[in-house]
Amino acid sequence: MTALLTTKGLSRHFGGLRAVDDVDFSLETGEIRAVIGPNGAGKTTFVSLVCGRYAPSSGRITFDGEDITDMPAHLRVRRGIAYTFQITSVFANLSAYDNVALPVQRTLTDGRSRGAVRQGAMQALERVGLAGRAHEPAGALAYGHQRLLEVAMGLALKPRLLILDEPTQGLSDGEIENFIALVREIASDATVLLIEHNMQVVMELARRITVFNAGKILAEGSPAEIRANTAVQEAYLGTAQEAGT
Amino acid sequence: MSGDGTTAKVYALHAAVIALLVALNFILPEYHHGVLARVLVLAVFAMGYNLLFGYVGLLSLGHAMFFAAGLYGAGLPLYHLGWGVPAAFAGGLGAGFVVALVIGLLALRTSGVAFMIVTMMFAQVFYLTTLYFGEWTRGDEGLVLQQQTRQVALGSGTLDLTNPATRYLLAVALFAAALFATLAIVRSRHGRVLVAIRENEERTKMLGYDTFANKLAAVVTSGVICAAAGAAYALLFGYVGSTFASVQYSILPLLWVLLGGAATTLGPLLGTLFMYYVIDITSGYTSAYMLVVGLVLILLVLYFRKGVLGTMRERWVRWLP
Repeated sequence: MTALLTTKGLSRHFGGLRAVDDVDFSLETGEIRAVIGPNGAGKTTFVSLVCGRYAPSSGRITFDGEDITDMPAHLRVRRGIAYTFQITSVFANLSAYDNVALPVQRTLTDGRSRGAVRQGAMQALERVGLAGRAHEPAGALAYGHQRLLEVAMGLALKPRLLILDEPTQGLSDGEIENFIALVREIASDATVLLIEHNMQVVMELARRITVFNAGKILAEGSPAEIRANTAVQEAYLGTAQEAGT
Repeated sequence: MSGDGTTAKVYALHAAVIALLVALNFILPEYHHGVLARVLVLAVFAMGYNLLFGYVGLLSLGHAMFFAAGLYGAGLPLYHLGWGVPAAFAGGLGAGFVVALVIGLLALRTSGVAFMIVTMMFAQVFYLTTLYFGEWTRGDEGLVLQQQTRQVALGSGTLDLTNPATRYLLAVALFAAALFATLAIVRSRHGRVLVAIRENEERTKMLGYDTFANKLAAVVTSGVICAAAGAAYALLFGYVGSTFASVQYSILPLLWVLLGGAATTLGPLLGTLFMYYVIDITSGYTSAYMLVVGLVLILLVLYFRKGVLGTMRERWVRWLP
């Protein structure tokens, strides 16, 4: 197994706040990795550095052997890093079809093939079960469907690394079951980095778990190891229980 | 963006509009014939503005500079250097292209209110420049392009741009070219990206699009269309003056587009036509015609918030482009 993504000494400071602080991280090709941690631990900031939404204060990021630290976000997407937003961020006034057609046409290089866009977009919608709603405006879809559309947009980019930022937030139990199956399917041909609060989802999907706390990696290991780790229990599970989630 | 049935309908509608405009050439009384030729050229200006404002969501307050770049780019070489009409028109387009490229590179570093202010400032600089070089431009007084310079040798005959019918039909031709260019752009993949930028730029970036490059392309296209209108105005109506670079001509296309419907292909024509006649008719009765214009705008905001065609699309005709 080779590392698809590595970060060395990655930091991002907002004023005096060290949101991400000297993080060394490595992700193997083909794995499903969950990133967990209390609110404000720096999870979203960390993946935002990886996908290029923020520039790091210091440190390096390597993707598939190439240093991408100074690469603008849209070029990282073209290298195969797709990010789905924590706060649902579909194009509400465009149809579901157009939402997915945008990433599909991006991946096509031959220019003029109108049929290929349609085919690719419908495929992505079918994979998440939204093909029947292709022509509804995205903003009119139910919340759970908007989350699935968000995932379909990520999938349509044919990513090598798909970053899912709290994808199950606000989904019902039934929807979560379907979602777990979907992520398993996605992982058959892509590496998945999953930020997730729902521990059931994390334990079912992840082969390894990385725990963030106060901008640093607190622990890393298999689900069983993380469950047994007392530092994690104190820092994360303790505060999570207090917060009632 | 739509099924095949609507594609045919869309092109039929636009072809019908062009056919109607050509037919009007033979029907309209002299005065309205002249007005409509002018309105068509100004509608091209509005369409250029609409491409950026309606589809990309960039509100510029400096588009007079692109119109004036075309106006002077065509008018000055024709007047001073004796260029022919086709070369002068190309000069206008070239001037618009260069100005739009430079302004785009600078102004697109900003967005929102800052973009409005920056474009307005650049347009003011452009306006003051036309006054400063009064020796060549004659400033507010302007230049009148003589009839004999506005003729094109065409085979054995000549095309006289001062002839009303020729002038009208050339205005229709320019309008048709701009209309179908706009239609092609907004229905293309590039057009889909432009709308996506308007809706959510951050998200578009995270789908792998270079939003800066797409916006720059839109500014340049918009600038060149507006410059085409400016160059045509100079050549067809024979007048080149600083008034067209003033802030008023940056605000007008915004009003025309808002009135007709932003992000609709035919809205700019409707808005320009309506506003032109409102001013034309009311100024016959009162010198306070701007009061009537204000009233119209208030009614528009109250009842047709998305402009006439924008509201029609929302409520009745969903397939309208």
